[in-house]
Amino acid sequence: MNAIINFASNLIRGASSNKDVFKFNGGVHPHDHKAESTTLPIAQLAIPEKLILPLRQHVGYIPKVLVQVGDFVLKGQMLAEPEGTVSAAIHAPTSGTITAISEQVIPHPSGLPDMCITLTPDGKDTWAQLQPTDWRNTDKKRLVDKLRASGIVGLGGATFPTHIKLRTNGKSNVHTLVINAAECEPYITCDDMLMRERADQVINGIKIVQHLLGAEKCIIGIEDNKPQAASAMTAACANKALQVKVVPTLYPSGDARRLIHLLLDIEIPNDKRSTDVGIQVFNIATVLAVYRYFEFGEPSINRIVTMTGNVEKPQNFEVLFGTPLQSLIAAAGGAKADTTHYIMGGPMMGFDLPNEQVPITKAANCIIATAPDLFPAPPPAMPCIRCARCADACPVNLQPQELYWFSKSDNFEKARDYNLFDCIECGCCSYVCPSDIPLVQYYRYAKSEVIASDKGKEAADLARERNEFRLARIEREKLERAQKHAERAQAGKAEIKSVEANTTNLTLEKDETLAHAQTTTLAPTDKQAAIAAAIARAKAQKVASTPALAADNKSSAPTTNEAQATQDKQAMITAAIERAKAAKLAAIQAGVTPKNIENLSATIQTEINETDAIREKINITTKTKVAD
Amino acid sequence: MIISLYIMLGLALLLGVVLGISALLFKVEGDPLVARIDAILPQTQCGQCSYPGCKPYATAIAAGEADINQCPPGGDAGAHALADLMGVEYKPINAANGVEKPKAVAFIDEATCIGCTLCIQACPVDAILGAAKHMHTIITSECTGCELCLAPCPVDCITMLPIAENPDNWKWKYPVIPIIAVPFEANNAN
Repeated sequence: MNAIINFASNLIRGASSNKDVFKFNGGVHPHDHKAESTTLPIAQLAIPEKLILPLRQHVGYIPKVLVQVGDFVLKGQMLAEPEGTVSAAIHAPTSGTITAISEQVIPHPSGLPDMCITLTPDGKDTWAQLQPTDWRNTDKKRLVDKLRASGIVGLGGATFPTHIKLRTNGKSNVHTLVINAAECEPYITCDDMLMRERADQVINGIKIVQHLLGAEKCIIGIEDNKPQAASAMTAACANKALQVKVVPTLYPSGDARRLIHLLLDIEIPNDKRSTDVGIQVFNIATVLAVYRYFEFGEPSINRIVTMTGNVEKPQNFEVLFGTPLQSLIAAAGGAKADTTHYIMGGPMMGFDLPNEQVPITKAANCIIATAPDLFPAPPPAMPCIRCARCADACPVNLQPQELYWFSKSDNFEKARDYNLFDCIECGCCSYVCPSDIPLVQYYRYAKSEVIASDKGKEAADLARERNEFRLARIEREKLERAQKHAERAQAGKAEIKSVEANTTNLTLEKDETLAHAQTTTLAPTDKQAAIAAAIARAKAQKVASTPALAADNKSSAPTTNEAQATQDKQAMITAAIERAKAAKLAAIQAGVTPKNIENLSATIQTEINETDAIREKINITTKTKVAD
Repeated sequence: MIISLYIMLGLALLLGVVLGISALLFKVEGDPLVARIDAILPQTQCGQCSYPGCKPYATAIAAGEADINQCPPGGDAGAHALADLMGVEYKPINAANGVEKPKAVAFIDEATCIGCTLCIQACPVDAILGAAKHMHTIITSECTGCELCLAPCPVDCITMLPIAENPDNWKWKYPVIPIIAVPFEANNAN
């Protein structure tokens, strides 16, 4: 049976015209709605009254602000520099004055405010000094370092800093560059229009990226619903070693891994990157930005945005970053009356924008005005019937129905085991679900819960480590202090001894010098006098510091000192013994007996008696010895 | 009869030797249960459980001296996790130990701070930076929100600021399906 199926599928495959295009599992065919916004060419949007530039426009660390409120900046001047490895710079999209650095609502699914730089344009649009780079005759490493200051990030929507993707550490094993021009999401046409109008620039950009990566091969993947773009690209790269491949329209073929699968029949393992198998993927608009940066020195200050949906004149615009959404809506002829809100990104993966004042950022490839008849509210979700249509549609070969159960019941560990984090949130499962369950929302919820709990665990581990370190430190300090005390006590004793020794030495010296002086009578008398005075001083000091030993000073002989010390010690010991005896006697007289001699067994009693006898004997012998 | 007895005896001896050797070979240093309990505890080191830190509390739970519901920062989820681990019935957090609060970090009003270093000595995770007679400040990323620095401050310049939601720590919400009120007539018509 299988053999027959295989034979049949081989026949079909053989018959198909696209022999070199492969297929991934799943995917859906939503209506593409691309025709609306491709009727008009790309238009230049006028400079708005103010530009709001969020610092958070890319994946990674927030850049460091370089300007202050009131500063005058030129077009293309860097406003914030990248901080940390994964970070991107932000540049002034036009010349003007910085009027605020404050929190403003940003285009983010949370709808929360974040730090933004507000620039009020002066209308003159004066460029700063631009520095084009001769990329053919410059070291690759220097080029990539330069790119770090360009602010260029992946313009397909992922906004990953481009310079990171081009870092090769001297040797690159990337052999194939894939240019992602699939643009699979409905409504979005910015890459389509870009290819139609600026194919030559794109090809130049590809050459630069190919040069930086050292990739021999380059494939441009375009979906077959963009024939004009595909023919423009084919015409532009007719004489070059580039290959334009038209892939069948199937959402989500624009996902990097899906596109690699389509073009090269290579499936990248979930724990590997595409560079591990020698493939790097770039969005077509990113490549163009790279070209403009090296050729003209223009940093990333604008992008092409599709303004479509429920507006009068859907069109693509070249928009400066920071342009408020309302300017874009106005340029597209205004929104129709029944518009409810706006979506950033496509209808499958995009999110609702909080208001019309949010700025256009590097991630904004498309803005869709929505209306109830365009995007009818989904019917209430019904229970999952385990039809597994979602599993059939899933392009990542996950088990969406299982992930749904685990996410719904907060069983996050299990969801993670079922590779929740491989989910690309493409929305195919929600699209095909006959019960209209918002599956992707559950996965997003589960993902952010897992991420938050991981962060919490990390913080707890840090706290534990710091607490343990602190306790260890306190313990160590205590020990050190005790040691220091002991050392000081030791040092005190040693000092006394050394002073004693010094005095003896000095006395001897004095005698010697005196004798010397007497015999030779050459040394000046004042010197002798000075020495004598010093000795006297030292003696006086010693007497003052050790009054207890003052008596010994007279004899000034160490042997007698020691004898005296032993005598003293002996005296103290005998005194202590006397005291103890007296106390014992007093206790006996008072009728107090030691507590532990009650209820003694016979053996212990005999033992005690024996010990007492021995003690008595010793006493007698010592006494007789003393008497002797 | 005798043979089987010998067999059993031989087996017992053999297994005894194996057990003895493995007890030496796979000796566990420390109490793994304490470490597992400690892993669940939030590590705020706040002492609200009446023990001087999370580790001592974990040790006390493992020894059966403390109950599982004495950790307010761990919250209900923590009590559930501890109940699961210890195989005991879940109990809501004991109000005598305190109530679960949203996560907060300490904030020093630097204008009021006199630089007495008392809070530095109180901080269980060394998250306060400063020196005698110099202004102190909190290292926000390392503050556990234990509130132990509040009491010793002689000028009351430390306040607890709840961590606000920002795009960094924002989480997607659990999908809720809004309940739409269906007009009465429409309902009746069905």
